[in-house]
Amino acid sequence: MWQEESDLSLSIAQIVQKLKGSNLYAQLERQAWASLQRTDIKLESLKEDIKRFFKTSGWEKKLQNAVYSELSVFPLPINPAVPPEHLKEPLVYMRKAQGSWEKRILKSLNSMCTELSIPLARKRPIGEQKELLNKWNEMGTDEPDLSHFRPVYAPKDFLEVLINLRNPNYENGDSLGFRTHLGLIQVPLKVKDIPELKELFVELGLTTGQLGIDDSTQVPPELFENEHVRIGQKVLVEQDSAAAQQYVRQGSPTALRAELWALILNISSQPEDILYYEQLKTNVIQHDLLVDSLIYKDVKLTASNDDYYFVFEDYLYQVLLCFSRDTSVLSHFAYNSASPPRSYIRGKLGIEEYAVFYPPNGVIPFHGFSMYVAPLCFLYNEPSKLYQIFREMYVRFFFRLHSISSHPSGIVSLCLLFETLLQTYLPQLFYHLREIGAQPLRISFKWMVRAFSGYLATDQLLLLWDRILGYNSLEILAVLAAAVFAFRAVNLMEVTSLAAAEAVLADLSTLKVMPLLQIFLFATVT
Amino acid sequence: MSRLKNQNYKGYGLSKGKEREQRASIRFKTTLMNTLMDVLRRRPGWVEVKDEGEWDFYWCDVSWLRENFDHTYMDEHVRISHFRNHYELTRKNYMVKNLKRFRKQLEREAGKLEAAKCDFFPKTFEMPCEYHLFVEEFRKNPGITWIMKPVARSQGKGIFLFRKLKDIMDWRKDSRCSDDQKEEIPVENYVAQRYIENPYLIGGRKFDLRVYVLVMSYIPLRAWLYRDGFARFSNTRFTLSSIDDQYVHLTNVAVQKTSPDYHPKKGCKWMLQRFRQYLASKHGPEAVESLFSDMDNIFIKSLQSVQKVIISDKHCFELYGYDILIDQDLKPWLLEVNASPSLTASSQEDYELKTCLLEDTLHIVDMEASNSLRADSYCS
Repeated sequence: MWQEESDLSLSIAQIVQKLKGSNLYAQLERQAWASLQRTDIKLESLKEDIKRFFKTSGWEKKLQNAVYSELSVFPLPINPAVPPEHLKEPLVYMRKAQGSWEKRILKSLNSMCTELSIPLARKRPIGEQKELLNKWNEMGTDEPDLSHFRPVYAPKDFLEVLINLRNPNYENGDSLGFRTHLGLIQVPLKVKDIPELKELFVELGLTTGQLGIDDSTQVPPELFENEHVRIGQKVLVEQDSAAAQQYVRQGSPTALRAELWALILNISSQPEDILYYEQLKTNVIQHDLLVDSLIYKDVKLTASNDDYYFVFEDYLYQVLLCFSRDTSVLSHFAYNSASPPRSYIRGKLGIEEYAVFYPPNGVIPFHGFSMYVAPLCFLYNEPSKLYQIFREMYVRFFFRLHSISSHPSGIVSLCLLFETLLQTYLPQLFYHLREIGAQPLRISFKWMVRAFSGYLATDQLLLLWDRILGYNSLEILAVLAAAVFAFRAVNLMEVTSLAAAEAVLADLSTLKVMPLLQIFLFATVT
Repeated sequence: MSRLKNQNYKGYGLSKGKEREQRASIRFKTTLMNTLMDVLRRRPGWVEVKDEGEWDFYWCDVSWLRENFDHTYMDEHVRISHFRNHYELTRKNYMVKNLKRFRKQLEREAGKLEAAKCDFFPKTFEMPCEYHLFVEEFRKNPGITWIMKPVARSQGKGIFLFRKLKDIMDWRKDSRCSDDQKEEIPVENYVAQRYIENPYLIGGRKFDLRVYVLVMSYIPLRAWLYRDGFARFSNTRFTLSSIDDQYVHLTNVAVQKTSPDYHPKKGCKWMLQRFRQYLASKHGPEAVESLFSDMDNIFIKSLQSVQKVIISDKHCFELYGYDILIDQDLKPWLLEVNASPSLTASSQEDYELKTCLLEDTLHIVDMEASNSLRADSYCS
């Protein structure tokens, strides 16, 4: 009781601390001052009156959303005795592994730099700046020579690192004990089993209406869809983040999705935000980064070749180039096990005062990175809004898919969850695939790292991402991966090689996500 | 897979007394070697005939039709894939004429409001015979862009944009009208059409929609609309500043294929489903419904406008490819109607779309029904 109270006051203090520097705080202050003009604000009951005013004018709601947003991103309170590295990642061996992985990436980047004699960053000459400004809306037409650039790493390189992760304090004894992991991931993290997942994803149950199932053409809309849409509209009118998050667990109607996601992520396009984006754009125009070429290459290799996302090629450049210069992204490294790579001004290697983060946002893109942005282009076409949404999605979710950590939504846990689900509930299939040298994770890893972007049809992908936002967790990716294997189990039992298994699972574009999840979680006899 | 021909047929069954065998196969002929051939070959009971063999079903090209239709005898059950004078709908100058006439008729009969439903066609003038009318309209609207299209060519050939009268001086000199003669004429027939300057853009790119309509007969008018179709994108961002850039403005795949940006894997197409979803997430489902019902209106009115002109031969059916452009107010405009829409597949998805389209077309044409009727008539 005492602990709870002190936890609560600590949380409140920490949230207030965080919000003090924010735009919202300044706005609330201004509003409070302005409200003094109003006749219903009396000096005797100033505090109460202002509070009442905030409630009726919707400012309290905005504050509520901001608080909720802070809590979603990082659970509070943070015990002040905890050192900052522990906030990033509590387990030492994970931190070490992440550190050495980062060293490798940076080394690869630096060697590419020296090989091609291209500086990591350079200021653009005025002529080039003008040209880029003119071409800003159609950078896709540019065809720079990218043949010498290679992606810094691909998901499969990252998988190899994860496979080799070991907890030095965990001694398994005999290699084939009862608790041996037959899969690729060999670290003992706690993952949920199906009963626990059923509890977590209770709204996906058979008796609850879902978009993606109960809105199909055979189902009369009066049964579920109409009411659901009505509730969604109400949620938007109320502008309540928490309600929106709860709501999208059952899926978001297509027409309301863009607004609902913005509400959940607490994004509102203020003039300051648009200005901030324009500033980033100016940074892009003025300076050229090596990372830009990597981004170009990635977009050309992945999104541009996609049957559906090629249309948005130009938007992808506009978002990703700005993203790499956005230093506000650095703040997420407080809770990300990764750390931004550091580089030094030429000639000042090792001297701390000349250290800079490279790229400015600390995130080095890898092969497939642009696919995080592509589906969002379907919802937002105003560049600064699209940018904000992507940035928020990245610092809340996507970063976990390519950094080594013990977080339940981190990629390591997702891999382990996937393998455990398969091993426990489809043991025959798992064993068979292992025997033929087709470890299931080798196939599903790329799906999870990209949050299935580019593998599922867009409408299905958006239904999946609805649930990521709704449950504030990426675990659903692992569940879906297992559900896909379960669905194709019959065919997979007949294959005799990794290549054949890949072929069976090569095309996910016809799959319907929600029925698969529902069947796997709620309708399979366990 | 095609069944080998191992049954003897003696003509179309003209010599009734001799043949008592039940004919189990439908003989088809076509010169096209793409999805159509695959579909025809796969159909159970259908057998290919080549060269001079007699056929029950012919998916012909329009040149064959022009030369042979008038002196080919066809039995009652025989079907052919074009109407004799389809060009009333598919040649741009005729279509405009028919539409204008139909609109006037509607206005007389049902009033201005009803006639306004025919306003899905941008202002068009036939060149060179309507040159002077065009100039009047041109002068009324200075500065707008016009597009010149050859009347009878396809795949985007010969099309260009202009803003100044001097760009089309060639059509001024010869002001006599040219009909569908086959001999060489000094200046090719073109139509000048008001260019739609505010097309709806996706990803900053212009696109048009290809939708398929199957007409089984004109009198009575029986037409079928295929549910699927696709949106064809131009490879580059839309801008009015460079009207010479064909690649920006023309969305035909044939043109886009030669664009330096073209990557064959892309295909620059979105299936109609994807397009609908995109629009719904931007404008809401009601706006999408209303757009598609406006498109239905285009199909119906355009067919009605040629209903009395096209010779409705019971042997004929036709699969039209309609090209529709959407503007920023979500209003659909009819660009043109194709009598021979491309049946070549540019990607796996496209292949599936076209094979399903053709299979459904053949289901509707239903050669099998007339075949069994004939077979019955032999066995007594």
